Order: sequence, then structure tokens, then C-alpha cells
Amino acid sequence: MEVLGHLIDGFGIAMQPLNLGLIIFGCALGLFIGAMPGLGSVNGVAILLPMTFLVPPASAIIFLAAIYYGAMYGGAISSIMLGIPGASTAVATTFDGRPLALQGLADRALVAAATASFVGGTISVILFTIFAPPLANVALAFGAPEEFALMMLAFATFVGLGGDDVPKTFFSIFIGLVLSAVGLDIVSGEPRLIFGGISGFMHGINFLVLAIGIYGIGEMLWTIESSRGKLDVSQANVSVRRIIRCLKDLKGTVKAMTMGSFLGYFVGILPAAGATPGSLMAYGVAKSMSKDPRSFGKGNVEGVVAPEAANNAASTGSMLPMLTLGIPGSPTTAILLGGMVIWGLEPGPRLFVNNQEFVWALIASLYAANLFSVLINVAFIPLFVWVLRLPFTILVPIIFILCVVGGYAPTQDMHDVWLMFGFGVVGYLMRKLDYPMAPAVLAIVLGPLAETSMRQSLLMSHGEFGIFFSRAISGPIMIVAIVLFLLPVLKMVKDKIRKPARGTAA
Amino acid sequence: MKTLKIMGLSSIIFMLFAAASLTSVAYGEDWTPRKPIEFVIMAGPGGGADKMARLMQTIVEKHDLSPRPLIPVNKAGGSGAEALVYLKEKTGDDYVIMVTLNSFYTTPIRQPALGIDITTFTPIARMAEDTFLLWVNKDSGVTKVDEFVTKAKEMGNDWQMAGTGRAQEDELLTRFLNQTYGLTMTYVPFKGGGDVAKQLAGNHVNSTVNNPSEALGFYEAGTVVPLASFTPERLPLFPDTPTFKELGVDHSYYMQRSVVGTPGMSPEAAAFYRDVFKKVYDSAEWQEYMKTKSLQGAFITGDALMEYWIRQRAQHEELLSDLGDM
Repeated sequence: MEVLGHLIDGFGIAMQPLNLGLIIFGCALGLFIGAMPGLGSVNGVAILLPMTFLVPPASAIIFLAAIYYGAMYGGAISSIMLGIPGASTAVATTFDGRPLALQGLADRALVAAATASFVGGTISVILFTIFAPPLANVALAFGAPEEFALMMLAFATFVGLGGDDVPKTFFSIFIGLVLSAVGLDIVSGEPRLIFGGISGFMHGINFLVLAIGIYGIGEMLWTIESSRGKLDVSQANVSVRRIIRCLKDLKGTVKAMTMGSFLGYFVGILPAAGATPGSLMAYGVAKSMSKDPRSFGKGNVEGVVAPEAANNAASTGSMLPMLTLGIPGSPTTAILLGGMVIWGLEPGPRLFVNNQEFVWALIASLYAANLFSVLINVAFIPLFVWVLRLPFTILVPIIFILCVVGGYAPTQDMHDVWLMFGFGVVGYLMRKLDYPMAPAVLAIVLGPLAETSMRQSLLMSHGEFGIFFSRAISGPIMIVAIVLFLLPVLKMVKDKIRKPARGTAA
Repeated sequence: MKTLKIMGLSSIIFMLFAAASLTSVAYGEDWTPRKPIEFVIMAGPGGGADKMARLMQTIVEKHDLSPRPLIPVNKAGGSGAEALVYLKEKTGDDYVIMVTLNSFYTTPIRQPALGIDITTFTPIARMAEDTFLLWVNKDSGVTKVDEFVTKAKEMGNDWQMAGTGRAQEDELLTRFLNQTYGLTMTYVPFKGGGDVAKQLAGNHVNSTVNNPSEALGFYEAGTVVPLASFTPERLPLFPDTPTFKELGVDHSYYMQRSVVGTPGMSPEAAAFYRDVFKKVYDSAEWQEYMKTKSLQGAFITGDALMEYWIRQRAQHEELLSDLGDM
């Protein structure tokens, strides 16, 4: 098999001592960069880009890809341990990872996250190896109407099968959508909802500000209230035996893990989407597939496994449009792309032919990076769990400071920090009133993508909504989305029919 | 423990910075940056402006032209309005510079409410002028401009032209083609030139006016076909592609690739950046990039650049009013 031969050549390059060393160093560095709120893989790769001029191009991209990979693993750590998403891609991991940690099952969540990341990464690299060129055509086949249909599907998975209070879910989605509309209109360039010209609103509301506000600050307030300050967060002990038991527990999540891997990879391929929407969608689907959707958000391991598998798979996936089309699938790959240009490589349809050696060395290094990331991650788990044994009075100020740093870092604007506190209070109140918050986060991430693609599609069709249904790919996706949206209504009707029946029986 | 690790990480990064500044030579300037410089890009990832900005960043790093790194930040919203407003807010800040294009003129003209006066910005360097070509997908079977005109006329407003942003370069050229050839093409804005190129390669739209750097990959793969260039002379990279001038329509249009500083930036900082970008311009990598991506134009800076801007702005005011409702 031709592919296998290339891959073996690639491993030959990736396993050279220098490259292997860079992979290990990159994974370890990426792990910590990912774990730091506000310092995601984007910044990590940007800061370290200049270092790569010291080594040949293949080694350089291997190093940066290892950081990127490590950061995907690392993002989960602060999501689980502190309830602050370390990177945007790890927001969905907080939904269930944090509750698990609060129940003293942090080790379980961490092992699940690491394993899922490994599985997601491995499945996606295999897919990448075998199907890279044909899948590039799939990316090309996705125009604006298809993107919009996909966004609708994502919303529908959160509403239709969530098992939550449907009106409250809708309310949460709409709040997120309104927040996502703040800032400059994407198509016309006019400012919207900037409250009489408050300049901080011009750049829109960064969704990390919302996520850190709700999950960092909001959770902290909630914990203080519910524990009255006498919280023993974690009695989690860590031992080899416990870790093995955790691994055994993961058997039940194989389905969620596989689904997350494939979904994440597929969403990652589409330019403009990337790992964040991928992981959120995987969470939604995992919840809908689960036998026990009501336990999601309260500490279900499947809710950790699905988004973690998805964000790693998506990070591999988003390399595909970068390499084959020259279009970055995520902000981090945009920086990698810049690096490739200066190393004298032309990303695009010809890269696989002109720079075969480089491409296969990169692919081989992804296999290696994946393996080392999981090993390093698992080795550090006892250390991470130890953090949770810190007294509450020390842990809370640390979380608080990290929230402020994480809110400030993306835009370097104090406006966002105040906004984050605001969201924290609102998040706390929503939590008290039992509103699900994940849909709001989903909406603020997907809102702008959905809006742009819808308006582009309608421009293409001169305002006819038929465009979403008449195209071969968007049509079926839209129909599935609509059916999912209608499910709660059908359920209500079914319940109504059943209730009177029960009434007469009694 | 967490804090220990954070300290560990920040000390690694600190050491990297320290190492970078130790290896750097004396700069011969009074002002040198003491923290990373924000390098705002007025367009989305993957477009011509974005690729160029990242190339400039890497050249700066490779030749160690600045003791602190340039950190690229995409602010693509609202045809560059987001980036312009951001720079205005950062008035007097010596650590924010921006890669700009022609929306630098058109967006403030179209949106007076933003209160942007580009003459208040600090001119740093014009690095190149980018060129435009008319592209179609090879599946359309169109290879010449007159075939394009016939087909586009037939399809009326179902013929779709993708471009970046509203009332920017691409839409100006689209309206120009509509007027010249009596067409009614529909213009659909996307977030960056890379996305536009993909729309055409995937056959979701019928034509684009991409810059060479944006369409080159697909051109080499044979997916897209250039019909004619908006330049006075044929481009060396596309020797078989005629110019619109040859076809009897004299319309040349360029896109500036310039670097601009915040309004009220200190003269010392501006001098530092001008020096850095002069060195970038002279570097072998930049010259090579200009050649392979069919870029034109000499390096201009300071007052000459400001004059160029004022001239270009007047020209765009005319273009926008000629084209009616914008």
C-alpha cells in the first residue's frame, strides 16, 4: 500500500533524535500552555514560532504541531480542576468535568479526558493518513448553505434531545444569540447593540469572557453559598490501582468517545469551524445519545469524554484544509500556515505532491505527539489532583485570579473583565433558577457562524429560503435538524395522550 | 502547586524572551520595544493581507529585527471597521501597528459615524501593491472574458461573485464589471480572500477577483482559471492571461499592502518601525515573495506614504460616488 510506505518514510524522519526530542518537549510545553487560562495554543504557537528558525522546516512544524497537540490535552486540566476553561476548545469539558471534581472524582475525569483525547487524536490521525486528499473535497463541498445547515443541527441537538426543560433551554440559547449579535455587523460593517457607543462592545463579546464568567466566577459563588465555606472539594486519592479502575470505568463510554472522534474530525475539516464548535456539538450529541441525559451537567463521564475526543480530533482535522487548501481551519493553524510560507512551503492542493516528505513527516509526528501527550498527561495526574487538596481559602483566590487573567488576556481590555464579573453574577442566578447554561455558551460560539452563513446563502438565493433545502448536502442536514427541533413537541403530545389515559385508569 | 507550575511556565517564556534579547544586536535607535508588539491584521485568516502579515512577522523574527516579537491579531469585522476603531482607541500607544489594505480608505468614507480620519494615523511603510485578476472555476468551461460576459449576461443576477467584505476592493471591481459589460452579477461578501478562493474552488459561486496569492494554490492545481488582470501590463506569473487594457477596458486597480501605526504614536517609535520594515522589504525572503506572488510597488514611507494615502482616498471617494448608492 502506497500510503503505508509514505508513512514509514515519515516515521523515519519523525523518529530522528532531534525531532523526537522536539515532540516530547513540545507536548510537555503545550500541556502547560493549554492548562493556563488565557494562554491557549494560539499564543503558545505564536510566541514559539521564531524558535523554529533554528531547525529544518520539518522539525519546526513537528515542534509546533506537538505544542498544538499538547495544548489540546492541557485545556481539559484547568477545566476539570478549577472550572475555568484553559482554552476555548475546553469549554465543553467544564460542563461535566467540574462537577466530577467537586464530587471527589477528579482523577476519574482527568483519566477520562486523557484517554478520550488519545482515542480522538488517534482515530483522526488514522483518518487523516488514509483519506486526506479525498476529504479535502468534502471541505470544498461545504458552502455557506451547508455551513448554516450544520449550525442548525448543532442547535437542534441541544434543544431536541437534551432532556432538559425545553423552554429554559430555548431561553438560554436566545440569551447567547443576543450576546453574539453584539459588535460590528459581519456583512454591512455597522455597529450593533453597542449601548450608545461603549467602545468595548465594538469587538463583540468574546465567548471566553462568557464561559469564564459563568463557569469560573458563577461556580465559585455557587460553591461558596452551597458549602458555607466548609468545603472539602476533593478527597480524591490517587494510586495506580485507582487509575486502572478509572480506565475500566471508561468501557461504558466507548460509544461517546467514538462518536466524538468522528464528529470532531469532520467538523474540524470544515474551514471556519474548528475545534471549539466541534467539541460543543459532540457534547450535545453525546447527551442525546446517552441513556441518562439528565445526569449531564451534573457529572457524567460521557460529558467529559465526548468533547475531549472531539477537540483533539478536530485539531488534527483542521490541519487538513490548512495543508491541502491553504485555508486554516482554526486560529492556531493560521499561524502554522504563516510558518510554512516562510519555510518555503506552499500550502495548497500541490503540497502533497511537491513536498511529500514534509507532509508525511508531519503526519507521523502526530502519531508520536499523541502518544507522548497522553503519557505525560497521565504521569502528572497525581500532581493535579493534589492541587484540589489545598484548603478552600487558598484555592478560591487562585481561581479568582486565573479568571481575571483569562478574561483579560484574549482582548487585553478591562471592559471584558467587568463584563466577565457581570456574567458571573448572572450565571450564578441562572444556576439558582435551574437554567441550563451550556446552550448559551453554544449559542455565542455558533451564533456568528450561523448568522454569516445564513446571510451569505440568502444573498446567493436572492432571499429564497429554498436554498437550504434544494442543495444535495444542506437539504438532508436541514431536515434532520427540523425533526430534532420538533421532537420535544412530539413528546409533549405523546405525554398529553398518555396522561388522560392514566387519569382514567386511576 | 498550580501556581508553581504557572511560575514554571512563565519563567520558561521569560527565558525565551531573555534569550531573544541577548542574541539581538544593537539597534542604533533611541526607542526599542520593551514588550511584545500587537500586529493587527485588518482581514481574516488565510487572505492576502493575513499571509503577508505572517510573513512579515516571521522575517522580523528570523533576522532578529526587533527585540520583542510581533503578535498577529486578526480583526476582520465590518470590512476593517473593527480594526480601524481599535487603532483609534489605542491612540498614542507605541505597541500597536496594523497591516492595512484598501478598506483603509473605503470603510471610513462609507461609515462616517466611526469617526476615523486616516490622516491622523502614523504612516510607517508601504510594502507592496497587490494585483487583481478575474477568476472562474474550470468546470464553467469559460476561458475568455467575452465568454464570461455572455454567460454572466445569460444568468443575470444568478451569476454570483464572491469577495471580501462590503464595498471593499472586490465589490468595487464587481460593480465596475457590472457597469462596463452591462451585467447584473450578485455580490456575496465572505470573511477573507482564502474563504473566497475556497468558495470558487468548491463551485459555490461563479467568479472571484482574488489576488494572485489567494488563488495561486488552486490555480496550480488547475481548479480555477484566470481570465484577465486589472493591470497595465501582463503579470510575469500569468504570461498567457491578457490584461483588461488589452481587451479595450483600461482599468487598473491595485491594493496597497501597508503598515500603519496608531494615531499619535511617538516619533521615536515610528522611526523604529520604519527602520524595521525597510529591512523587511530589503530581505531576500520579501523580495522572493513579491516575485512569486506577483506583487508590485516600491517601498515608500513617512510623508510620501501620507501623500499616497490622501491621493488614494480621493480616488476612492470618486470611485464610490461614481458607482452610486454606496
